[in-house]
Amino acid sequence: MKLAIMINEGVYQHQSTDSAYQFVKAAIEKGHEVPRIFFYHDGVYNASSLTDPPKDDRNIVMRWAKLAHEHNIDMVVCVAAALRRGIKDENLAEGFRISGLGQLVEAGIQADRLVVFGD
Amino acid sequence: MGEEMTESTGGIDFEDEDASGVIKKFMFVNRKAPYGTIYALESLEVVLISAAFDQDVSLIFMDDGVYQIVKGQHTKAIDVKNFSPTYRALEGYDIEKLYVEKESLDQRGLTEDDLLVDVQVMSSAEIAKIMAEQDVVISF
Repeated sequence: MKLAIMINEGVYQHQSTDSAYQFVKAAIEKGHEVPRIFFYHDGVYNASSLTDPPKDDRNIVMRWAKLAHEHNIDMVVCVAAALRRGIKDENLAEGFRISGLGQLVEAGIQADRLVVFGD
Repeated sequence: MGEEMTESTGGIDFEDEDASGVIKKFMFVNRKAPYGTIYALESLEVVLISAAFDQDVSLIFMDDGVYQIVKGQHTKAIDVKNFSPTYRALEGYDIEKLYVEKESLDQRGLTEDDLLVDVQVMSSAEIAKIMAEQDVVISF
């Protein structure tokens, strides 16, 4: 099955991004495809290259980049939500790209399911 | 970020993309108060973009989300933009399916007359039925 993912909460404060990561990983292991993950609301913080957690904690941002690279996932950050929160090309982490909300609607149209992770 | 991106299509170039043709039922579920968090405002931004894709769009207001479309919002004292007039503009984007959960209105002492747009008031059981018919449900 083709799954599109939407993530609406930020890193560390909220579990939704961890749940999304575990879901995506499990889905791919089961043979499903995840062509696109769309980051919206505080979810755009998943794409900040300035994130620097303690060494004994998971690195959420780099974890996404690795997963996306291994499985060719298009990770899109909403431009309007990103600019509001200070995420720009100059501090955009590897593996992410900034684009518009149309990418979310398009993902909803093209995927078999759109799974939303939020509050 | 792409220079070619436009406000109305949110980063999609319709001539190059294969997104056209398919019409899905998109439902946006609005459950949070209009101010206090940014969910309602950013939800409305997605709704407006979805209109550009000619999809079958509907909106549901339930829980504190019903406050998003209550008449007479004044936000000057909290220095936040009052975006409630935008809900009245949805009709111009051919977004006309607006549903409100009756239980949520009742619990808050509100009636249809308190709302600034024309809506269909429905029970949660009826809303569950419509929700089950959707292709894409996005909840804010």
